[in-house]
Amino acid sequence: MDLTWYLVLSALLFSVGAGGVLVRRSPLVILLCLELLLNSANLALLAFARSLGDADGQIFVLIVMVVAACEVVVGLGLIVAMYKRRMPLDVDETRGLRG
Amino acid sequence: MEQVAFFAGAIGALGGAIAVIALRNPFYSVLALVVHLFSLAGLFLLLHAEFVAAAQIVVYAGAIMVLYVFVAAYVGGFEEPLWDAIPAQRMLAPLLAGALFIELSIAILGTGLSSLGSEGPTIPFGFGSPEAIGKLMLERFLIPFEGASLLLLIAAVGAVVLAARRPALDPASPGGSEGDERVDRISGSPEGGEPTAHDIPPSQTASQRWDEKAREGAAADHGPTPSTRPPVPAGSDPREGGAGEGPADTQVAGPEEVGTGGRPPARRTEAGPLPAAPAPPGEPR
Repeated sequence: MDLTWYLVLSALLFSVGAGGVLVRRSPLVILLCLELLLNSANLALLAFARSLGDADGQIFVLIVMVVAACEVVVGLGLIVAMYKRRMPLDVDETRGLRG
Repeated sequence: MEQVAFFAGAIGALGGAIAVIALRNPFYSVLALVVHLFSLAGLFLLLHAEFVAAAQIVVYAGAIMVLYVFVAAYVGGFEEPLWDAIPAQRMLAPLLAGALFIELSIAILGTGLSSLGSEGPTIPFGFGSPEAIGKLMLERFLIPFEGASLLLLIAAVGAVVLAARRPALDPASPGGSEGDERVDRISGSPEGGEPTAHDIPPSQTASQRWDEKAREGAAADHGPTPSTRPPVPAGSDPREGGAGEGPADTQVAGPEEVGTGGRPPARRTEAGPLPAAPAPPGEPR
């Protein structure tokens, strides 16, 4: 398959993830949509790595996966802390930092 | 054959992604993301990234998704109303997502990269194998590798700090204080403040209570602290009364001890079994 197919698929997945971040209001699902964004970026990175015949992009993907794992851990810790303090699990309701 | 595999993986990944944002129950969203990740791992295999595909399945679909499932099960099966909070969002968000896709596609197709229309060069044997990845990671990318491990450590510590109980911060949360107090009382966690009567023998509670009274009496003698203190005896007296002494005694003793500092200890010795009567008045000073 051509590189274009992978890149267009990656763009499509990225748009779906971005739309999910815009639409959904549960912080858990927003984290899931962030995973979609990161995975579409991973797909583009791997497609370019294949297209260049260079494995550096795969290292980049692994580092991105590490960052995604850290983001998930911290984000889920935040969600659990919000739930423990009886805060509403809705990003429209938690507006304490809004100016 | 490769086309079939690609389109199968693409349909699975896209369907999983759309299911993630379309399903109401977060639990089902997590399961849809697992489908998405598996399809994406198949695409990674098509791109000759075997190690990354294995790591995708093991790390993402294995570990991270289990974490998601745990949190989704812990937080509970709340179903969020999908569309109704901001009506403009309903139109605007898919529009923006579509605009983003069109923009990205124009950017991709408009670059004029010569490699866009090709499959790429013939790759050497072992491209993307664990051996090649490990060699790259430990030789050329050693510092990013160590940085990643440090980042994981920081994230683990941060998660522990975030999810730990911090009772001092609880009253600051909107509407959260009384609920957390209820949890404290139910679970009987020792960090929730003063020890309950079940934890310590009655003589010790009596002496401790007596220490408190003496301290309050001394504070009432010596000046500015009682202005901040009065809620404490008012709130703590009925609970202590349940510990074994008659509540009438404490209520009678309450107003007196605010006025006269040293007398409540004498009353206590009559009322209950109290050891070491003269020692605590000297203690607060």
